[in-house]
Amino acid sequence: MAIHVQTRVNGQATEFLCEADASALDVLRDTLGLTGSKEGCNSGDCGACSVLLDGTLVCACLVLGAELEGRELLTIEGVAPPGGLHPVQQKLLEHNAMQCGICIPGIVVAAKALLDRDPDPDETTVRFALAGNLCRCTGYDKIIRAVLDAAAAMREGAGVRA
Amino acid sequence: MTHAPHIPVVGSRPQRPDGADKVTGRARYGADLSLPGMVWGAVLRSPHAHARILSIDTSAALALPGVLAVLTSADMAANFSADVAAGESHIDLQDMSRNVLAREKVLYHGHAVAAVAATSQRLAKEALKAIQVEYAPLPVVLDLDAAMHPDAPVLHPGMFTRGLPETPSVASNIASRLVMQKGNVDEGFAEAEVVMERTYTCASAHQGYIEPHACLASAGADGQIDLWCCTQGHFAVRSYTAALLGLDPASIRVTASEIGGGFGGKTTVYLEPLAVALSRKCGRPVKMQMSREEVFRATGPGSATRITVKVGARRDGTLIAMDALMEYEAGAFKGSPAGAGAMTIFTSYSAPHQRAVALDVVVNKPKVAAYRAPGAPQAAHATECLLNELAAELGIDPLDLRCRNAVTNGTPTVYGATLRNIGLQECLDAARVHPHWSAPLGPNQGRGLAVGFWFNHGAQSSASVHLVEGGKLLVQEGNPDIGGSRASMALMAADTLGIPYADVHPVVADTASVGYSDMTGGSRVTYATGYAVIEACRELVERLKSRAATVWGVEPSQVEWRDGVAIDGRDPSRSMSIAELAALSGRMDGPLSGQGSVNLKSAAPSFAVNIADVEVDPETGASRVLRFTAIQDAGRAIHPDFVEGQLQGGAVQGIGWALNEEYRFDANGVMENPGFLDYRMPVASDLPMIDTVIVEVPWPDHPFGVRGVGETPICAPIAAVASALNAAAGTTIREVPLSPPRVLAAIMAKD
Repeated sequence: MAIHVQTRVNGQATEFLCEADASALDVLRDTLGLTGSKEGCNSGDCGACSVLLDGTLVCACLVLGAELEGRELLTIEGVAPPGGLHPVQQKLLEHNAMQCGICIPGIVVAAKALLDRDPDPDETTVRFALAGNLCRCTGYDKIIRAVLDAAAAMREGAGVRA
Repeated sequence: MTHAPHIPVVGSRPQRPDGADKVTGRARYGADLSLPGMVWGAVLRSPHAHARILSIDTSAALALPGVLAVLTSADMAANFSADVAAGESHIDLQDMSRNVLAREKVLYHGHAVAAVAATSQRLAKEALKAIQVEYAPLPVVLDLDAAMHPDAPVLHPGMFTRGLPETPSVASNIASRLVMQKGNVDEGFAEAEVVMERTYTCASAHQGYIEPHACLASAGADGQIDLWCCTQGHFAVRSYTAALLGLDPASIRVTASEIGGGFGGKTTVYLEPLAVALSRKCGRPVKMQMSREEVFRATGPGSATRITVKVGARRDGTLIAMDALMEYEAGAFKGSPAGAGAMTIFTSYSAPHQRAVALDVVVNKPKVAAYRAPGAPQAAHATECLLNELAAELGIDPLDLRCRNAVTNGTPTVYGATLRNIGLQECLDAARVHPHWSAPLGPNQGRGLAVGFWFNHGAQSSASVHLVEGGKLLVQEGNPDIGGSRASMALMAADTLGIPYADVHPVVADTASVGYSDMTGGSRVTYATGYAVIEACRELVERLKSRAATVWGVEPSQVEWRDGVAIDGRDPSRSMSIAELAALSGRMDGPLSGQGSVNLKSAAPSFAVNIADVEVDPETGASRVLRFTAIQDAGRAIHPDFVEGQLQGGAVQGIGWALNEEYRFDANGVMENPGFLDYRMPVASDLPMIDTVIVEVPWPDHPFGVRGVGETPICAPIAAVASALNAAAGTTIREVPLSPPRVLAAIMAKD
């Protein structure tokens, strides 16, 4: 039997019906049409569906849709206002730090989670913060540089660009 | 009127045109599209690695509410007479059909047996359980020795080894034997003062793209079909799907979604023909997507290999003879890249006597697919590690050994081409002066050097350019953008026309909107598709000049095109910009466009040199890459960020293959590690920054000197890392991956 869930997604009050075993990722992608979170493994190993649940970084594939009741979910679609960019997104663009790009939404969310709690991470800290996000194209080099650059820009006052 | 000169943009690093979509999640990948009325497909997969299919009963599944269609091989053609040409290889439709849906036998665990379409994913998966399949299990063949044993169970009763002097009378698991040679290796070894022979193995590794295969097919009542999928080649998907289902290719319109990685693994079809057939049966759009486990079990990894290399040299290090036996697992159907491996294994070296014997061997494992420079990384692992062992034996610096024996222009290859305009020596020189080569090492640390070679590919591409109001340019090309190629196309178009990069809007067009283009593979897109874009731009320039000539009442030959502006050659003060000419379209001969279609027969040989430093923990056998430098000749780097990205990504894929990645099977042929937790690809915290050096020896057959850069980066890393690790640990492990248990065992055996 379907479960009725009331939650907030990217700041908007949202309600949906889901089966008891549907993951938050299923709900986001198939019910709410928010396909920016990607399914790479459905087992919490690749990080392509990284989202913030009440500010905590989680894999949406490891959270049940029903668990979103009364919670606040932030997805890649919500890290910046429409037409805007978060500094992490801006720096990923400037460094051309993506090739196929499928891991990038998860990387953006995970990097934002890091910079929200640590504005001045060193390279090792960034590498461990992103260790749950697989990228097969880039070897991570430019991604790490972009996140470090974003941290520096944010320390100098750069914010989410509207 | 004066115009600002065009500042060339080729070689600069602008943001990619599709970048914003990729950082915001707006880019649509294979699984991201849905359609009204859409239903879901799912695949029933074999629980046996080798079994005869006695019967399939789908009646119970079809009777379930919500189940709209069921598909088995009975719905597919049984026999195919023709092969389909497919870029670098040709496709055996008989095999492809049986890989997409098993017919007489299942040949690997996970082999597709049936497919269903149902109104939800849940119902589709439930329906699979209601399909009754009766199997008669057969003995499984899981490695090269088992497959080549005279009493081995034969996977394909009709397969007789090709390439033998005499036609064999008995079926075999050896699909083919290929010999490539020059000179006379027996004479060469007789001349040699030192002869070394070693055997090297590599485990099967998956391409590891993060996006599982996915597609959405919609068949209309009139036979018109729309297919959306993640692929490296939507024209190939059209050809294969049409051939397998007996359809007119022109009736299938394939749109390539954004692609979440491929590395060669998305150059064939798995789900696409099933989705089309299901949609034809049930009259609804059908969406299918693989789980990660399905990707591991049923899509192509790279070949597991065993390569025995023998080299003969003089004491001064001059190589005289090189010989190899290269045994490649193909998986369940013939078609390993053993031949490509043989084309590359000794090509970097000038030894006059060379031979490579390549065997393509079928086993009860998933059919291998292309994986970035298919066959070459395993070959380079063998040759380059042996040369490092030889260097140690002779007391010669490994870099000096390479310099002494590096091929030069004019050298004939074993595969027929004569090398020209190569940049191998330039790469070796760059290695010598790089601070990495002379940096000190600490305890338990070692350094490895290796050379990589890939021949690259040219072939067919099409492009169209259309001038838009205001003088902006729309570029339609037929190659999925897997690593920034839209940016490369825009840069080359901008410089060919003399307009700003930002004025060029590249689009990856569907199969009904641009001319035929071979796959995104063979490192060919910036080379061949770029060439087609340049040709299209040149045609547009001729039309622009012609139009200006009409306006001025002069001959087109009297008009010059410079910096995006037509200039009257007789009166250089008179000029018209591209925007001004575009604005005249409605009053003159109509819209302005250009077409480019090429079939590049040549391809640029590509060399790389890699240096790796590895530290080993002697207590645990765990290792870590401390420093890595990738040096490669790009011909010309159209967009250096993306060239560096190719070098870095290839290095890290090679590091993963060298240290951890491997398919592990149990005795029944069941893959034991079909997930990213147990199939361990490198993560950010495993790695250092990957230093790159782009060498530029222009390739003369391309207007900008492009050589193609995508595949060569993965050729040398396995050998560089393995050599570094062995140097650090004081071991001579010749098996890949050099996983901690294997390294620890070797350290303990040594002690």
